[in-house]
Amino acid sequence: MSKVETILANMKAVAANPKQAIADAQAKTGKAAVGVLPVYAPEEIVYAAGALPVGCWGKATKNISKARTYLPAFACSIMQSIMEMELEGVYDDLKAVLVSSPCDTLKCMGQKWKGKCPVIQFVHPQNRNLESANVFLVEEYKLVRKALEEALGVTITDEAINKAIDVYNENRQAVRKFLEVAADYPQVIDPVARHAIMKARFFMDKADHTAAIKELTAELEAMPKEAWKGKKVILTGITAEPDEFLEILKEFDIAVVADDLAQESRQVRVDVPEGDEPLMRLAKQWQNMYGCSLATDRDKDRIPMICDMVEKYGADAVIYCQMKFCDPEEFDYPLLYSKMEEKEIRNLMIEIDQQASSFEQIRTRIQSFVEMF
Amino acid sequence: MSELEGMTAKQKLAYYQEKMYQDALDGKAKGELVCWSSSIAPCEFCEVMGIHMIYPENHAAAVGAKHGALAMIELAERRGYSLDICSYARINLAYMDLLVEEAKTGVTPKELEECPGPRIPLPDVIITCNNICNTLLKWYENLAVELNIPYIIIDVPYVHHWPIPEYTKEYIADQFEYAIKQLEDLCGKPFDRQKFIEVQEQCQRSVNAWDRAMGMACTVPSPLNGFDMFNFMALIVCARAKYAAEDTFNTLADELEAKAARGEDAFKGGEKFRIAWEGIACWPYLSHTYKSLKSLGCNMVGSTYPGAWSIHYTVGNMKEMGAGYCKMYSNTCLDHKVDVISDVLTSTSSTGITYHLNRSCKLMSFLNVETAEIVKERTGVPYVSFDGDQTDPRNFSPAQFDTRVQALAEIMEQNKK
Repeated sequence: MSKVETILANMKAVAANPKQAIADAQAKTGKAAVGVLPVYAPEEIVYAAGALPVGCWGKATKNISKARTYLPAFACSIMQSIMEMELEGVYDDLKAVLVSSPCDTLKCMGQKWKGKCPVIQFVHPQNRNLESANVFLVEEYKLVRKALEEALGVTITDEAINKAIDVYNENRQAVRKFLEVAADYPQVIDPVARHAIMKARFFMDKADHTAAIKELTAELEAMPKEAWKGKKVILTGITAEPDEFLEILKEFDIAVVADDLAQESRQVRVDVPEGDEPLMRLAKQWQNMYGCSLATDRDKDRIPMICDMVEKYGADAVIYCQMKFCDPEEFDYPLLYSKMEEKEIRNLMIEIDQQASSFEQIRTRIQSFVEMF
Repeated sequence: MSELEGMTAKQKLAYYQEKMYQDALDGKAKGELVCWSSSIAPCEFCEVMGIHMIYPENHAAAVGAKHGALAMIELAERRGYSLDICSYARINLAYMDLLVEEAKTGVTPKELEECPGPRIPLPDVIITCNNICNTLLKWYENLAVELNIPYIIIDVPYVHHWPIPEYTKEYIADQFEYAIKQLEDLCGKPFDRQKFIEVQEQCQRSVNAWDRAMGMACTVPSPLNGFDMFNFMALIVCARAKYAAEDTFNTLADELEAKAARGEDAFKGGEKFRIAWEGIACWPYLSHTYKSLKSLGCNMVGSTYPGAWSIHYTVGNMKEMGAGYCKMYSNTCLDHKVDVISDVLTSTSSTGITYHLNRSCKLMSFLNVETAEIVKERTGVPYVSFDGDQTDPRNFSPAQFDTRVQALAEIMEQNKK
């Protein structure tokens, strides 16, 4: 097995079996695990506490039964599966869980946690151009820090947070570089592999993930580029799971050359800026975030951003991965759709549902979409 | 104001509402500024600047109550809006598209002509406050981008732990100053701080009158029919900063006090049960829900609506004003939400409560199970839940509603024994 194949196999194994990956990481480092619900959280504070931040983005499951008691059917499918797992005790080994509140569903999720560990809810300000918003967020992060200290029985120093920021910034930069390089190697980094690499971030120590990503990128760069005969697309939305959807893209020789997925590129889009006070640095990262349906975007800069991405990556089309019942994304779609039509950018909206049991309709839509090119 | 002399509260409500819509249309024609605002956003700043205010949620509710929702909703869905998003937003965004088309072509689209709701002018500026929900941020973001107009945001962060932290009040107060700056830039004139004090004083008088009138629902039996709350609410939303609200609610309170003194109640002696309604009304089925409850002798006396606009603060104190706009119960943690609803039940002597599982409103639905259970544990008041929607008529089943409230009436009857 080549180095690339080995790294990809490891990443896929981590993404496919988070429980084992977390257990392995804990056995290696002795760290406690802290859950982090979508979409954004100051993971650096968790890392600085000497804990392992673990992303909780639901899972592909066809059976939602216990969650039905507490969540109506019109909650998004990520939260349905998270609620199901809360009730099944999947998260009971976590020492705490961080819940942000960027949408109405998450506001409620933070108030109805059914797991055993403490829930730490916080809120990002939305009038993001104001300095007072940063000051507000620093105070929220102070609460997060204090709650984590209590849950983990540790003291989290400024120095440790600044060091964690370095680790995370290095990871974000390494991932961004990998994504740029991977766009030129669709034969090697197919949609499923690409997603696995991004998903593995949530279950690995970031330093380990960075090392693996850097090695993978270097290996790719040493390989000759081959012409891609298939199509190239950009994915935008919250997630592009389950894997069955990505397998369909692979089946029709569709390469993902870039993405604007909350679970993937949006996680690494913006570095934490330089500065002295670490919580203010983290707050300013939120201020600098752009192109996301969950961060106030007065001018809808997401729209030109995606149009520019199409040009930059020579993409043939954009696939709008609409998370079922995610209203922030549902509001962005009509405006983006109109602009793409105006600019004659091919586009397709696919409904993403973690609880989907059949993918034949998606296969048919993708097939006919490709035939239209 | 002689034409108002002798008018009942209901007549004043109709008069003032119509006047405000007409003033906005006339003002727009003369080149004056119009602002579209969310229903619990601070109205004080625009009032000082002399800007006409239009409230899309109220307008959408009026369109829904007059059975015009479906035509608008279908237009929004054709435009690409999912049927899963707030129906107020879908109605308003479709209405906006029609107004834009009319402005561009000079021809009034058929759907606009046939829309049964009041005519409203396009805005020059919009203001939203997410003390109701974060959906408003997205809805107004779309309005701002589509119309290319200034967007004033009053971000009231979710209060995940009660009480409201000081740093939250400071953040909101700073946003008030920023909103003032945005308005000064837009209007090209300085913000009159003295007038601001006067407007704040008016708001406080209006809110006191609103409290006085709505407080009459606590009288047993109640002279106030709870569905009138839904109707009168329009004015506390649209005219809080004007004498119109104070005048109408004081007239209403006088009428209700006189009625109570005569020993009369809203159901002419037929008030058998007193219940609370948690959530937004089902506007297209206002008549059905009212009649269904009335047939069971249920007077809906308890609601979180009165409290939502009971926004008190010391005039001149920006932080207190910020806190006033922050305390909306759906913007606060489960513990506080439970406190608010329990207080409604206790103060109105309600012996039952219905929870509206509103397809349009995730924030006012996703904590219903927990809220209902804790409130029941605390107060002993039984509850039922029904599926509905504030304005999308497709998401409400009259038969289900009837069955649920009948069940509630039976439990209340049992509990009486």
